[in-house]
Amino acid sequence: MFRNQYDTDVTTWSPAGRLFQVEYAMEAVKQGSAAIGLRSKTHVVLGCVNKANSELSSHQKKIFKVDDHIGVAIAGLTADGRVLSRYMRNECINYSFTYESPLPVGRLVVQLADKAQVCTQRSWKRPYGVGLLVAGLDESGAHLYYNCPSGNYFEYQAFAIGSRSQAAKTYLERRFENFKDSSRDDLVKDALMAIRETLQGETFKSSICTVAVVGVGEPFHILDQNTVQQMIDAFDIVGEQEDPAAEPDAAAGQEAAAEPSAAADQGGSTDEGVAPMDI
Amino acid sequence: MTKQQANWSPYDNNGGSCVAIAGADYCVVAADTRMSTGYNILTRDYSKLCKLADKCVMASSGFQADVKALQKHLAARHLIYQHQHNKQMSCPAMAQLLSNTLYYKRFFPYYSFNVLGGLDNEGKGCVFTYDAVGSYEKVGYSSQGSGSTLIMPFLDNQLKSPSPLLLPAQDAVTPLVEAEAVDLVKTVFASASERDIYTGDKLEIVVINADGIHREYMDLRKD
Amino acid sequence: MNCMDSKQPETGLLGPESDSQRTLYPYVTGTSVVALKYKDGILMAADMGGSYGSTLRYKSVERMKPIGKHSLLGASGEISDFQEILRYLDELILYDNMWDDGNSLGPKEVHNYLTRVMYNRRNKFNPLWNSLVLGGVKNGQTYLGMVSMIGVNFEDNHVATGFGNHLARPILRQEWHENLSFEEGVKLLEKCMRVLLYRDRSAVNKLQIAKITEEGVTISQPYSLKTHWEFSAFQNPTQGAVGSW
Repeated sequence: MFRNQYDTDVTTWSPAGRLFQVEYAMEAVKQGSAAIGLRSKTHVVLGCVNKANSELSSHQKKIFKVDDHIGVAIAGLTADGRVLSRYMRNECINYSFTYESPLPVGRLVVQLADKAQVCTQRSWKRPYGVGLLVAGLDESGAHLYYNCPSGNYFEYQAFAIGSRSQAAKTYLERRFENFKDSSRDDLVKDALMAIRETLQGETFKSSICTVAVVGVGEPFHILDQNTVQQMIDAFDIVGEQEDPAAEPDAAAGQEAAAEPSAAADQGGSTDEGVAPMDI
Repeated sequence: MTKQQANWSPYDNNGGSCVAIAGADYCVVAADTRMSTGYNILTRDYSKLCKLADKCVMASSGFQADVKALQKHLAARHLIYQHQHNKQMSCPAMAQLLSNTLYYKRFFPYYSFNVLGGLDNEGKGCVFTYDAVGSYEKVGYSSQGSGSTLIMPFLDNQLKSPSPLLLPAQDAVTPLVEAEAVDLVKTVFASASERDIYTGDKLEIVVINADGIHREYMDLRKD
Repeated sequence: MNCMDSKQPETGLLGPESDSQRTLYPYVTGTSVVALKYKDGILMAADMGGSYGSTLRYKSVERMKPIGKHSLLGASGEISDFQEILRYLDELILYDNMWDDGNSLGPKEVHNYLTRVMYNRRNKFNPLWNSLVLGGVKNGQTYLGMVSMIGVNFEDNHVATGFGNHLARPILRQEWHENLSFEEGVKLLEKCMRVLLYRDRSAVNKLQIAKITEEGVTISQPYSLKTHWEFSAFQNPTQGAVGSW
């Protein structure tokens, strides 16, 4: 469906100034199961949806610890994600070998983006088909970044990637202004809510999601299933119905225009015309 | 211009003594905190102990720069292990890794003399003792470093470990209870610092048992 | 003593020394650096002599330099190697600043970096012939450490290189305490430097004192210490000495 004469090579421009191969790589991110991230002043929470490829298989791991102060959640080609997280782990180990201090998150993200960029400019390479949400803590505070196959990276207060991520984004957009001063547990709760938004009919339980936290005095770690289930139960957010805890938040009402119904279109084809930079 | 000084050497000996004693459900690892070069004391408070894993502590004396490089290398290897296996390395595994790491530099050795102490997978105390190029042995207790010639015979006399030649092999862990082992360690260091000028200032003792890692200090002679 | 004249070719692990491009001995050297922690940060002192063997070749060598915002480096040993190290650090700090992201290398990071540099060079049998002292303050934490030319490194409340280790550190061990004021710190350093001036033949009476606090680095103008050479022990050093000299 995407066929055209400018998309057989990463390094070939289309007359409209686009690199189709790079855009296809970004499409792979949208196909992957959702990953979300959000942060307060002191904590960052990552979450993802675990989707098994078949009834007979288990799901793939989508959240990786990079170091005590950094972790990633991925959407897209998990294999590429693993390669990149291994690269990030190595960078962290090497940095702390020379300086005995943790690698600043922003710097790792730039190195990662530069690595992805190289793949968009070499005829014998292909772009990474994975989007990474990088959560981390350094001396300038808590950070959440999104790294894209195109080599672009952005810092966010809260973000979601992957299939049906628009629904989670909408949820996060409606509430992100409160995140800055959120407690750790509130942040985890919002993460769970956002993950729930991306679900399609399934019942929301701990086995279909993974949540990880990093924050001041709390090294990056993946919450175990029981803890997550307890939180789901405690917050009473199992149901498919409208969230009972969410205030009728009027402030962020304007974004709410593009609400749930629009969320279904994230399959990809509708925003085909969007330039790569606007993800 | 005639040469003014002796040939440059890439090595130095910064002295210090290390001891480890394994018991049925604990392991004591200890070292003094003096760092010297020749007749100079560089600092009186430098820790020779390094926690390599949850249940694994290494005590090293010898050339400090090599020891530091070795510790950093092992720390990095342990991080990689944790990423790959999602668990802490066991003490016997770390013992093998340390041996391999030392032997890797067989022809430009790390000038470091190590004892590794910790708990094995059954929670029993274990001690591994090394030479600088990586040959190692699992024992019940050991001592390394500048004061080892004074400490080792004392431990032998007190602990009388079963001969490794016995058949069937007998367990090497010492019969002492934890508190007795800690007292023995304090005694051997107090004695060693009487005669060994490279041992002194302060004793750092680490006890590893089911409750985790516990650390204590005792003052030694400062002269 | 005269090894270079020996007839036999020296076939060590790395071939004959004569065609070696490595540092086998230093040319121009600086003598002791003394540094201590005080109430608000670090004080460091070094004289300005540069010796070519026993010749006093240079008399105005600056041996203490600020490194970035939070660190101060002092060096004894080969002056050219020290200046090379400064070039490495300039580049390191430049690249660190170029990130412009609110993160910066503190004294601990610089000290560790230097340790790695010194140790790597010794691994290549090509040492940087220095003893380095690194002090600094960052986020209310004072830091003082040392690295030798073979990579031996440690932190302490007070440090001294070379002769300072013999002559200054006993004084520091006796008189140093955590709450030294600036004035007391300077006085203590001057006491050490005066002893070194009397007893270390390569020390010269022109020194600088550097201070680093949360506010940054200040290095004093060169000045000299008041000396008193009329002590009877100086007048007739052999008097009362039994034996030859």
